[in-house]
Amino acid sequence: MMSQENIYVPFKSEILDVIKHTAKEYTFRMKFEGECRPGQFFEVSVPKFGEAPISISGIGDDFVDLTIRRVGTVTNEVFEHYKGQYLLMRGPYGNGFDTGLFTDGETVVVAGGTGVSPVRGVISALADSDTPEDKHVIVGFKSPDDMLFRADLKDWDAKLDLILTVDGAPEGYSGKVGLVTKYIPDLPLKDAGSAKAVVVGPPPMMRFSVKGLLEKGFKEENIWVSQERRMCCGLGKCGHCRIGDKYVCLDGPVFNYSVSKDMLD
Amino acid sequence: MGYVVSKEAFDQVLQKLGEKYRLYAPVRKVGEGRFTDTDVVRYDFVNRLEDMELDAKSDYAFKEILTPLSQTLFFFTEGETKEADMDISDAIVFLRACDLHAVKSLDDIYLRNRFEDPFYKKIREHIKFALIGCASSFENCFCVDMGTNVAPDDYIFSIDAAGDQVKSAVCSDEVAEIFESISAKKEDVTPAHVTENPVHVEIPDQIPNSIFKSDIWDEYSSRCIGCGRCNIVCPTCTCFTMQDTFYSENGKVGERRRVAASCMINGYTNVAGGGQYRKSQGERMRFKVLHKISDHKKRFGHNMCVGCGRCDDVCPEYIKFSNIINKVDNAVEEEGR
Repeated sequence: MMSQENIYVPFKSEILDVIKHTAKEYTFRMKFEGECRPGQFFEVSVPKFGEAPISISGIGDDFVDLTIRRVGTVTNEVFEHYKGQYLLMRGPYGNGFDTGLFTDGETVVVAGGTGVSPVRGVISALADSDTPEDKHVIVGFKSPDDMLFRADLKDWDAKLDLILTVDGAPEGYSGKVGLVTKYIPDLPLKDAGSAKAVVVGPPPMMRFSVKGLLEKGFKEENIWVSQERRMCCGLGKCGHCRIGDKYVCLDGPVFNYSVSKDMLD
Repeated sequence: MGYVVSKEAFDQVLQKLGEKYRLYAPVRKVGEGRFTDTDVVRYDFVNRLEDMELDAKSDYAFKEILTPLSQTLFFFTEGETKEADMDISDAIVFLRACDLHAVKSLDDIYLRNRFEDPFYKKIREHIKFALIGCASSFENCFCVDMGTNVAPDDYIFSIDAAGDQVKSAVCSDEVAEIFESISAKKEDVTPAHVTENPVHVEIPDQIPNSIFKSDIWDEYSSRCIGCGRCNIVCPTCTCFTMQDTFYSENGKVGERRRVAASCMINGYTNVAGGGQYRKSQGERMRFKVLHKISDHKKRFGHNMCVGCGRCDDVCPEYIKFSNIINKVDNAVEEEGR
């Protein structure tokens, strides 16, 4: 779709399906044929309301899944008027995750909230890898009601080492309660020095998770994070997502920690 | 190669150029300044030499012809989109050496930062530059220390007006033919350039990340009011925000625009859900300053700041960019000690 003459003009994409996770978070299955990777994003637009960058949460032969959280002007509008409709999109943009990096050896994924969307494809690849027992995934949500991708969680739990936790829960909840960082020290790793990690979520969660991983013995260059910034264009022009000499939309949003640790803001 | 002609003869040259090109130059707008009875010098289309303001620094840079403050990208009619028509007639932009250096930074972002911007490219292809010689420095200029006092080669001719004469260095056959056609006197002409500024800056080669924690930024949290004027007058600021607007008479028809944005104004980093980065003016100043004197250079090989000093001229709080550069330099030096 990038072959279009003007890179700012969005194309129409049919909404094939809508999966409702919570009252605020839906996954929109959009018609799309083309190359893309988990961690990349599309600029989704609703004329009159504007554009918003949305990460790819699933990839199929003729579709991409976009998990949208109803938190802003554009996403509000998407939730109001989606039935039997299309959305305008352009992309995919950004580098995304190189899933192949993580399927061999030991890998840890730490994801929080909507941060699960960009790594969903990575986790699924880990679950289907040859050594799922060496794959450890810590997923955290605010509360049991905020859980996304429930079917996937069940599937992942059956195949790999999944730690599903919530920040807080009403009394009587039988699952794990606590921040994702709580579970990092006890990860049953054979060799943290060679294990790889992916961390995606709100900035404080990423900061403390990386800290925990480093304390556990992970090497900086074996950790990848995904940065969130305002992006008006996705094309390295609008300037909003720049951090130092990097443009999150072009050079990221996925960065190796050895690079991102020096991207101060 | 160059020519020396009378002002009247030079007007003939402009007239002939005007048959093919629109001429875009600094113009004094009498009484249109920000305060009562003050003028403003900004860019506009001209026909004759006397239309141009050549004795003062322009308050606003030339960049609006390439990156309009508000630019319609396309129109929506229900689900259909139509690319906006653009004025892409050929134009000659008259600017000084510092501003000609600034064009490189605009090109970096719009043509060389991975993707080519189709709107910018279309206009850029129709723009040529004419150099306004600078006989002496203006207030707040620091082009010599920035290395932008001598113009790069990509101008088609220059003008230095003194007394009744105009001297032009000519680098294009097309323009040379016009001078020849009015039997202009041939002479070797070198465009005047500034060799000394009253303001000096020193930029450190390496700026360590510890500068982020330096207390030099603190004073700007109280002094800077976040008005964004510095970004608007800067010849190298390119940031924009997308904006959708729909017509009140017909809510199904509207347009998507991009409008100039400022990293100094609150809201620049806002993300959906309420997240914000760089909340204090001190942090915003740091973001801007380091971009101009370090970050852009790391990516594209040369500094963005061209030392034109317009941001200092326009600041309502009398914040001097050149002072900040020197504070960064001092802080880095102290650190190294």
